[in-house]
Amino acid sequence: MDITVNILLTIATAATPLLIAAIGELVVERSGVLNLGVEGMMIMGAVGGFGAGYLTGSPWLGLLAAIVMGAVFSLLFAVMTLSLATNQVATGLSLTLLGLGLSGMIGTSFVGQPGVRLPNLDIPGLSSIPVVGKLLFGQDPVFYISIALTAAVMWFLFKTRTGLTLRSIGDSHASAHALGIKVIRYRYLSVIFGGACAGLAGGHLSLVYTPQWVENMTAGRGWIALALVVFASWRPWRVLAGAYIFGAVWIGQLHAQAFGIPVPSQMLSSLPYLATVVVLVLISRNKRLTMMNTPASLGQPFVPDR
Amino acid sequence: MMRLELVKRPQRSALFSALSPFIAFALTIIAGAIMFALLGVNPLTAFRIYFVEPVSQVWQLHELAIKAAPLILIAVGLSVCYKANIWNIGAEGQFIFGAIFGSAIPVLFPQFEGPLVLPLMLLLGMVGGAAYAAIPAFLKTRFNTNEILTSLMLVYVAQLFLDWLVRGPWRDPQGHGFPQTIQFGDSAVLPELMPDAGRANWGFVFALVAAVLIWIMMGRMLKGFEVRVLGSSPRAGRFAGFGLSRMVFFAFLLSGALAGLAGISEVSGAIGQLQPVISPGYGFTAIIVAFLGRLNPLGIIAAGLVLALTYLGGEAVQSALGISDKVARVFQGMLLFFVLGCDTLIHYRIRLIGLALTKPEGAAKLEAAPKLKEAR
Repeated sequence: MDITVNILLTIATAATPLLIAAIGELVVERSGVLNLGVEGMMIMGAVGGFGAGYLTGSPWLGLLAAIVMGAVFSLLFAVMTLSLATNQVATGLSLTLLGLGLSGMIGTSFVGQPGVRLPNLDIPGLSSIPVVGKLLFGQDPVFYISIALTAAVMWFLFKTRTGLTLRSIGDSHASAHALGIKVIRYRYLSVIFGGACAGLAGGHLSLVYTPQWVENMTAGRGWIALALVVFASWRPWRVLAGAYIFGAVWIGQLHAQAFGIPVPSQMLSSLPYLATVVVLVLISRNKRLTMMNTPASLGQPFVPDR
Repeated sequence: MMRLELVKRPQRSALFSALSPFIAFALTIIAGAIMFALLGVNPLTAFRIYFVEPVSQVWQLHELAIKAAPLILIAVGLSVCYKANIWNIGAEGQFIFGAIFGSAIPVLFPQFEGPLVLPLMLLLGMVGGAAYAAIPAFLKTRFNTNEILTSLMLVYVAQLFLDWLVRGPWRDPQGHGFPQTIQFGDSAVLPELMPDAGRANWGFVFALVAAVLIWIMMGRMLKGFEVRVLGSSPRAGRFAGFGLSRMVFFAFLLSGALAGLAGISEVSGAIGQLQPVISPGYGFTAIIVAFLGRLNPLGIIAAGLVLALTYLGGEAVQSALGISDKVARVFQGMLLFFVLGCDTLIHYRIRLIGLALTKPEGAAKLEAAPKLKEAR
């Protein structure tokens, strides 16, 4: 029983950064912008979070720094694609490349340093209830943030007027603009929100998941988050499900390696990436469904005509 | 408050088309100077060490050619993809698979020698890269799967596969447990161009030849026209009878083959055996090379040399100033950013507008809008 609970806990920890980054990107893509820089913003969040935590000794300040780092870094993308109308695919890629380089440079002096870890929630009484106590009341704070964030985004996108406006921009920026909606402003805010989420996800990696700084520690999670959004057909609750499936794959292969299953460890390590490909194939096979769900203006630059 | 506004040019500006890489490079230098100053290094000293000293002697130029060769080879292939609006970003994986396929001969049949070995290896390298690139192409054409994500995921898989090979079945039994294959035999090593002057090998010649061939194809042949039409207007391409699926395969196989050739050339020329890591991110840096070269094969040759210099410069500042060689990656990232930003100038004029000054005509439209909302 204890083992099951522990495995569930580690799955939640592995799923949390994927969920947060994917939820952020979902909002960005719903507004019609494709930001391929998730991996870059995430790693910047990770290095910023670790650095601030390490220097101040406070994991909470670290988490805050991670969010700010991701948001500021995403602003770079926003200025380029929204104000200068550059190609979103190429700009996103360059954000990732720059982030990986910059984080490596900033983090040189952090390598091998002991980090600080965000403490788990511990509610006296509740957390010690057998089985569900740990799962519901004893996880790290970011886990609760991720669940609340998913619910909030769901409510925002589908129950509020502003959310409706945001989705309409993603489906047709020209019509939205003609209606007087400030397309570029909405998109700026969306991109920055996505950046903050990616930064928070990175902060979770370096302050909770493995409280240390390792170069390229995101290990493709930003890209998997991007795939999750496609897999989820741009729906928040499906992102939640997808993130936990991937968390399970990630943890499953780690456990399989630990148990010494007679399969090369490299093959097990490549499972999350292969699973991403398989899942993408399964979901995109139905061309009509994909076409229907994809925000129609996704990835197209928009220059307001005046 | 100031605001940027883009005004569409009636036609693309030839002036900025030629100037934009240079403006981008100048901006990168300025940003780099600020970065070095922040790191506490005199920017002038840093630039001398970064950009001048690594290319001040003949043997160093050879090192430059060694670094530039894979970048140019991969980037000319990618330029065809990107012109066709097909996003292969997994060249790093194709590079690795080219290296693995080509290395099969010297690793598995070390006793096989003679003049046939090298051509076979190069051929196998191209086959390996193309085969690995065929996976995302197949998934895109058959299942409509996003090629950006699949080609990238396959990079991680390729890296892990290579890691397994050199630690497992292909490890040199006499290698004292080091994760590497046997040293390639003499006939499996790509010869140096001028052994007396430096280490540069035939890989650089392959790169130049590939660039010129692709340049001819893009500018003078029907296939190049097809690429451009399908890239800028898939609908027009369909009316002209150009198949999009065929183009996806063509672009992926071509870029994969060139990345594979780069991979086997690197392994058989510069390294001489397979190791867990055989590329300092050439496949990704080549994306920058392709854009900096304006997706033009001849421009890519120049851009490849520039980016190769950023690698050498990174190593130089690390050893001379004790700054992390990650500086190179930062330079590369900034360069791509500025190139993309400057490219906007080709199609748009940028106007700075003070909001308090005269209202553009659009403002009236915007003011009417809230009323519309209320009326609903």
